[in-house]
Amino acid sequence: MKEFLMLIRGGQEKYNSASPNNMQKHMEHWQQWMGSLAQEDKLVGGQPLINEGNTMTEGGKKVTDRPFAEGKELVGGYLLIKADSLAQATEIAKDCPSFEYDCSVEVREIAPMG
Amino acid sequence: MVAVLIKIFGTENIELAEDVVQDALVSALETWKYRGMPDNPRAWLYRTARNKAIDIIRRKKHSKTIDFSDPERKLLTSEYTLASTMNDFWKEQHIQDDFLAMMYACCHPDISQENQITFILKSLCGFSTKEVAKSFLTTEDTISKRLYRTKEYFRKHKIRPSIPFPKEIGTRTSVVLSAIYLMFNEGYNSTHDDQLIRKDLISQAMWLCKSLLDSERTQLPEVYALMALMCFHAARIDSRITEEGALILLADQDRSIWNTELIALGSKYLNQAAFGDTLTTYHLEAAIAYQHCTASSYDATNWKEILRYYDLLLKIDNDPIVFLNRCLVLLELNGPEEALFMIQEIKDHKILNKYYLYHAILGEIHERLIQPDEAIKSYKLAIELTQSKSEKKLLSRKIAHILN
Repeated sequence: MKEFLMLIRGGQEKYNSASPNNMQKHMEHWQQWMGSLAQEDKLVGGQPLINEGNTMTEGGKKVTDRPFAEGKELVGGYLLIKADSLAQATEIAKDCPSFEYDCSVEVREIAPMG
Repeated sequence: MVAVLIKIFGTENIELAEDVVQDALVSALETWKYRGMPDNPRAWLYRTARNKAIDIIRRKKHSKTIDFSDPERKLLTSEYTLASTMNDFWKEQHIQDDFLAMMYACCHPDISQENQITFILKSLCGFSTKEVAKSFLTTEDTISKRLYRTKEYFRKHKIRPSIPFPKEIGTRTSVVLSAIYLMFNEGYNSTHDDQLIRKDLISQAMWLCKSLLDSERTQLPEVYALMALMCFHAARIDSRITEEGALILLADQDRSIWNTELIALGSKYLNQAAFGDTLTTYHLEAAIAYQHCTASSYDATNWKEILRYYDLLLKIDNDPIVFLNRCLVLLELNGPEEALFMIQEIKDHKILNKYYLYHAILGEIHERLIQPDEAIKSYKLAIELTQSKSEKKLLSRKIAHILN
């Protein structure tokens, strides 16, 4: 089994304007999705991220107090999962609940070094 | 509450679970002192414990204390799912299940019965180590050691509290029931305490049994039977001792103070125990207790019926103590000659020879046969063998009675 990182981008703005009821429903979808991944022993970990952050450039000398990306490019969370192949990981990613809020998901295999 | 938290943190982290409960109670006391008691104190406590548990999970997420490999616990490590997973743990239905699951874990067949009861009292009945020590008339040190051993066992074998599958629920429940019954008996006829009856242990045992009856999965005939049995026994508690704490025998008990409500409740449970084709010792013992409870006087007791139950009991399990009690029934039904004849069958039994009741009954038989010397000899031996002060007093009274 290989490990894959899912970068979930965008969707925060739309989510933040959703009704409390819909937010609740959305979290339930996350619960179900991650729950089934955990049951199948495919979940390694993952967290949602806060929008604010710092970006370092110029060899760490310059600090910008926000991520460069805007709106739909902003990384809102990540997941580490186990899968046999990129194709399988991609299939898994298709069920990401945040698509309901127009996110995009990037799936990348963890590179074994050395 | 402890049971839920043990489910969250795992049996290897029982101390952590206990700490959270302790913390929640302390916060409750502090907050309620100023703001008054909330409308739903139970919900308040649960919510507080839940929040404290979340704090701990966040803090220990990367430590090795909690085993997060379990799929259910895995979801606690992600903020995506932490809150709702945690809420799931605290749903009313789960709380009840966790309580029962913990009861089955405590009564794991590999854990000694003494340790089982110690652990139940500590983790499920809210007894302090000191109170448990008092129940067993032993030191807090001994109790701590017992608790430690059980915790180590859980840790080593990674025991996960769960309600057994239907296939094994019968055998696992029988271990739980015998722990409950032992706890009840310890309360009903305390072997090593100045107090002959300990109502706290009795009520805890009945409460544990009742919680088994509250869940569909554990509503087994034998559970109803044990509940019935305990009701019948408990109904007679107040008539068993004098105000000074001396023991009163069944024949001399004031039947008017027997608790009719408990007897009625016991009858109801006994009826419910009758479904299916299970016949356990609890059924028969309850049936015997029922006969005693419903007899208008000692002389009106249906000894014939009782003897029939004893015969069935011996068929299930050739228990020398049951055999001994059957001799008592024979004494009432057919007179001392036959009782003496029967009791001689077991006179060389090693355990019985050291059991005070054997000698007490032998004394009673000799007394009825008007063999005073033999009777006194047996009673004296019985006095030596029992540690209960009340029993000693009762036997001394019997000797005094013969001598007068």
